Amino acid sequence: MSATALTVPARRAERSYGALGLGLATLWLSAIVLLPLSAVVAHGLDGGLGAFWDAVTSAQAIAALRFTVLVSLATALLNVLGGTLIAWVLVRDRFPGKRIVNALIDLPFALPTIVAGLVLLTLYGQRSPLGIDVAFTQVAVLLALLFVTLPFVIRSVQPVLIELDREMEEAALSLGAGNATIFRRVVLPNLAPAILSGAALAFARAVGEFGSIVLISGNIPFKTQVSSVYVFNLIESDAPISAAAVSTVLLAVSLLVLLAIRGLGRWGARHDR
Amino acid sequence: MTVSRRWRIGLRTLALLYLGALLFVPVGLIFYRTFEHGIGAVWASITTPAAIHAFQLTLEVTAIAVPLNTIFGVVMALALARGSWRGKGLVNALIDLPFAVSPIVIGLSLVLVYGIHGWLGPSLTKAGIQVIFSLPGIVLATIFVSLPFVVREVTPVLREVGDEQEQAAATLGAGAWTTFRRVTLPSIRWGIAYGVVLSVARCIGEFGAVSVVSGKIAGETDTLTLLVEKRFSNFDLAGAYAASALLALIALATLLAMTSMNRRREEEGA
Repeated sequence: MSATALTVPARRAERSYGALGLGLATLWLSAIVLLPLSAVVAHGLDGGLGAFWDAVTSAQAIAALRFTVLVSLATALLNVLGGTLIAWVLVRDRFPGKRIVNALIDLPFALPTIVAGLVLLTLYGQRSPLGIDVAFTQVAVLLALLFVTLPFVIRSVQPVLIELDREMEEAALSLGAGNATIFRRVVLPNLAPAILSGAALAFARAVGEFGSIVLISGNIPFKTQVSSVYVFNLIESDAPISAAAVSTVLLAVSLLVLLAIRGLGRWGARHDR
Repeated sequence: MTVSRRWRIGLRTLALLYLGALLFVPVGLIFYRTFEHGIGAVWASITTPAAIHAFQLTLEVTAIAVPLNTIFGVVMALALARGSWRGKGLVNALIDLPFAVSPIVIGLSLVLVYGIHGWLGPSLTKAGIQVIFSLPGIVLATIFVSLPFVVREVTPVLREVGDEQEQAAATLGAGAWTTFRRVTLPSIRWGIAYGVVLSVARCIGEFGAVSVVSGKIAGETDTLTLLVEKRFSNFDLAGAYAASALLALIALATLLAMTSMNRRREEEGA
């Protein structure tokens, strides 16, 4: 009896502290994130829908957006192949130095993006010791994006692969299935949600990437200029309305990808059960 | 799936070649290029007044942004994992926005609110507060980009440990604060620490958003990453390498911290 008497006010107090904390945290989120982002959309529409449309459909804006989306798709696709392969090797294979390799996979997340760009320029730029000079080409942009998005697919596939029930594969083997069949019919379907959500994260990151691209792309309009660098140029040349309009499109792309990732997460959860 | 030895070695070689060409060799080369003319030149280049100021500014910004994001992160994680309230799904989705939005858009968004022609800019200028092209703008940009880390590390840990111990503490008469400090906090401390390490790395390394709001005033609003770009653009390649090597060392230290924390977490089984 006395215990309940003590508990009830305590839990009520806890709940009101919780509500206060939640209110403050939501306020913080709104002030830091939502207010500025709504300013982008509002300014983008400041000049009216006509001006917005002109800004986002200018030849240079379209070319930049098309290249951004295409190179990001290529990045996501190559990550699906490379990331799945690396995850498989890190989980199922054994070789000396594996732990170090595994730890270094996260380096692109820890390394500042401007350093990443400089690092790639050192090996694949004009002074390349290998004689490979791809600086200021579309390939260079792809390389930079592959570098910064490297961990996404690997880190989302690895845990699923570790948890994957080996018995399923053994059962398939005992039923006479070959390796290719087992991979395609047993392993791949189990990994698919993780691979896709990793690829979607990589795509989202690639669409917005700036730091690693700015040095290596050369920023050539209609060729190597990506949308984020285009927006940066608009800001520098004091065209905030156009910058906001193009940013609104980028924002919409980010939101769509976020929604897709949440959908994939739910699909993965259902797959688990 | 039992892959034959030949296949296994083939796949391993392919994976390591990919990693080598994309990650290991380039990063190794930057250290080689930095130190090829001796450590003295490197030391001179990272101890110029501009470099020291950039380093101090970077640390200052990180020291403001990370504690604020940690408090926000823990409170938000508690609300997401323990509470049930209207709009939870929406807030949960919005928290990831800083990861998905381009840093340039983030920088622009701050200019549009706090810049001279922004929503709050004119009144702030009247009050004598300058946000854009000064420290507050850099801090706001840094907080924005590193906002989700602690929330995203702590929420799953809270879900996993459950709330039975917290309820037991409450039943035994512990107040909300005591329960949090004595029961909840110890169980999520590795999650918090991991989130803090990721936030620190991101705060030190942020470039795009900061480059829009800083104005890049030498010796005033130049952070370390901005210094790298500036030196590179001014054809001071050795200087850019030296500052990059310093940042790369910080990144490697971050990785080391992450790895050892993961090991501790696994050992404690939480």
